[in-house]
Amino acid sequence: MTISAEQENRVRQTFGISVEDYMLPAHEQIQMVDPQGRRAEPGVRQAGHEYPVPDDAALLEAYAQLVIGRRFNDQNSALVRQGRMAVYPSSHGQEACQVAAALCLDDGDWLFPTYRDAVAVMSRGVDPVEAMTLFRGDWHGGYDPMAYRVGIQCTPLTTQLLHAVGVAHAAKLRGENTVVMALCGDGATSEGDFHEALNFAAVFQLPVIFFVQNNKYAISVPLAQQSVAPSLAHKAVGYGMAGEHVDGNDVVALLAVLKRAVALAKSGSGPLLVEANTYRIQSHTNADDATRYRQDSEVAEWLAKDPLTRMQAFLRSEGLLDDDADAEIAARAEAIATRLRDGMNAEPEVDPQDLFRFLYTEPNPQLDEQSAQLAEELRREGSAS
Amino acid sequence: MTAAPIPGSPAQTEQAAPVTFAKALNRALADSMEQDPSVLMFGEDVGTLGGVFRITDGLTARFGEQRCFDTPLAESGIVGMAVGMAMNGMRPVVEMQFDAFAYPAFQQVVSHVAKMANRTRGSVRLPMVIRIPYAGGIGGVEHHCDSSEAYYVHTPGLTVLTPSTVADAYTMLRDAIASDDPIVFMEPKKLYFAKDLVDLDALAARWPEAAKQSIGRAVVAREGSDATLIAYGPSVAAALTAADIAAGEGRSLEVIDVRSLSPFDDETVCASVRKTGRAVVVAEAPGFASMAAEIVARVQERCFHSLAAPVRRVTGFDVPYPAPKLENFFLPGPDRILDAVDELQWEDAL
Repeated sequence: MTISAEQENRVRQTFGISVEDYMLPAHEQIQMVDPQGRRAEPGVRQAGHEYPVPDDAALLEAYAQLVIGRRFNDQNSALVRQGRMAVYPSSHGQEACQVAAALCLDDGDWLFPTYRDAVAVMSRGVDPVEAMTLFRGDWHGGYDPMAYRVGIQCTPLTTQLLHAVGVAHAAKLRGENTVVMALCGDGATSEGDFHEALNFAAVFQLPVIFFVQNNKYAISVPLAQQSVAPSLAHKAVGYGMAGEHVDGNDVVALLAVLKRAVALAKSGSGPLLVEANTYRIQSHTNADDATRYRQDSEVAEWLAKDPLTRMQAFLRSEGLLDDDADAEIAARAEAIATRLRDGMNAEPEVDPQDLFRFLYTEPNPQLDEQSAQLAEELRREGSAS
Repeated sequence: MTAAPIPGSPAQTEQAAPVTFAKALNRALADSMEQDPSVLMFGEDVGTLGGVFRITDGLTARFGEQRCFDTPLAESGIVGMAVGMAMNGMRPVVEMQFDAFAYPAFQQVVSHVAKMANRTRGSVRLPMVIRIPYAGGIGGVEHHCDSSEAYYVHTPGLTVLTPSTVADAYTMLRDAIASDDPIVFMEPKKLYFAKDLVDLDALAARWPEAAKQSIGRAVVAREGSDATLIAYGPSVAAALTAADIAAGEGRSLEVIDVRSLSPFDDETVCASVRKTGRAVVVAEAPGFASMAAEIVARVQERCFHSLAAPVRRVTGFDVPYPAPKLENFFLPGPDRILDAVDELQWEDAL
């Protein structure tokens, strides 16, 4: 091992365990609220893996975002059925992961999402219509990444993790106290860029949280055919960083674990890997048929662990949520769904000259020629009609 | 590897001294880093070693390990990290050690480097340079001599430059680093240790006022009147040699150095072809579906009525880059170029 004495001391003082033990995820996934909405038994806690429950305001906001995220998923699925959107990769069942990923960040931090992370994108503050522009088919993006500090939703698997590493590296060199949250799925951990990103972040000690949403299937290929590691969180150890695995349908545990990961990264501890165990309730996209590769009984088992109803039961039993508060949150969600529906039902106006506008900062005679050609074609078409 | 001066180089002043192509690139990096603290250089072996071709020699010592540094051995990682750094205020310059070593990074180059500005409607610009030593003529082993320019040229959103003179090595790299668009900078590795009489101080003093002439600009490397040889990068020297020999035989060949493969300077190329009425395109890469093929198509579309003969291509064969003992049979040299020139339907040949 090439662990420095400084690193060993820091981990011992902070967690009271060795660096090797610190890097290994907990024996059992971190869970703070059980599927019935009760506080989980503290018996599973072990040294170095104790997490405080987030404050009431954070819990209530997380719940609100879960409700909004579920409503958003439902609305998008309906819009696809109505032909208003070309495709939608639903994150129904994974909302807790997405909400927690966004809520644990400060304004100056960055989020790098995948194509399935629209709920995280929206929880980060992006307008719901802008978040869906990509899927409606107007453009290969929809929001301004610089304005929101949210990378453009990424379709090639795992490539965005390296962009996250680069943003963090630049931030570190410029002395900015910025953390970057990089999202990917279980299938993505097989890609080369996953390994390169984790290794680069560890070698350069960069403030990146790699957050794997393990939803058990890469389209149709189950996790067992993706990896035989004890857990995806264990992969961290090989790069010299800490890994943790958490119940991905328990937003309380997710918030606690991710908030600590962000704080550690901000303190200069380098990157961390967090694996969330969750499940994609619906198909990969509306074009997929999940009944071909998984059993109904498996889906039913995961429906019983639903992140939304679990959190609702927990907050009610803690006395933090009543009917009035719940109605208020439902109204917030409905307003966003209405805004999304209205935005998607409005016919998008596209400017054909946009084809040429955003490639180069300097004049390009080839594109200018093609732009003039298209303008002439449209002019002729216009005068003919 | 030739140590002979490259003919036709500009910037020969009284202070001109023999300078290698490698030194000119090194000076361009150093001057760019000196002028702009956001310019960074990283890649494999570019730190302490100074790069396998010594292009980054001394940069770590002068600018520190945060400005010029070695990365883990992972090309996709290098380019992907550069994307993020460029998003967050830096101007990264990365080195792909050899042409074929850049292929693991191809996904990042074509899916992200080339598309980011377009996907984000211009809100994210990537001011980054990917330096790729390319092409053959050095007796290299497999995977060290590919002419990979067509892959990048074919990708909208990239700017692809290739210098062929020591002076251009300096100026074009500085222009590339100063550009707000992502640039693939192809360095003909057989020229790295070629020397020319160049006053780098004078070039540096003239930049950027007299410079920023690289992107989209071809140059006339040698004037002539009977036919035009259109070449770039490693093939310019062969074209100039062919023109020298032809001059001895009473035929005046103009040589165009394309320099900017994408965007392409139709104006300079077509002005020459319209003047001479005949053209041969010279390139090392396999000719099928190549940059040379594109140049021929553009010239025929634009200059058809000025042409006395079909435009010819002299390129590498459509085979993998050959082993060292075979590369001389593959590379287009002056003889093959002159054979093609002889085929251009000359009246005196009847």
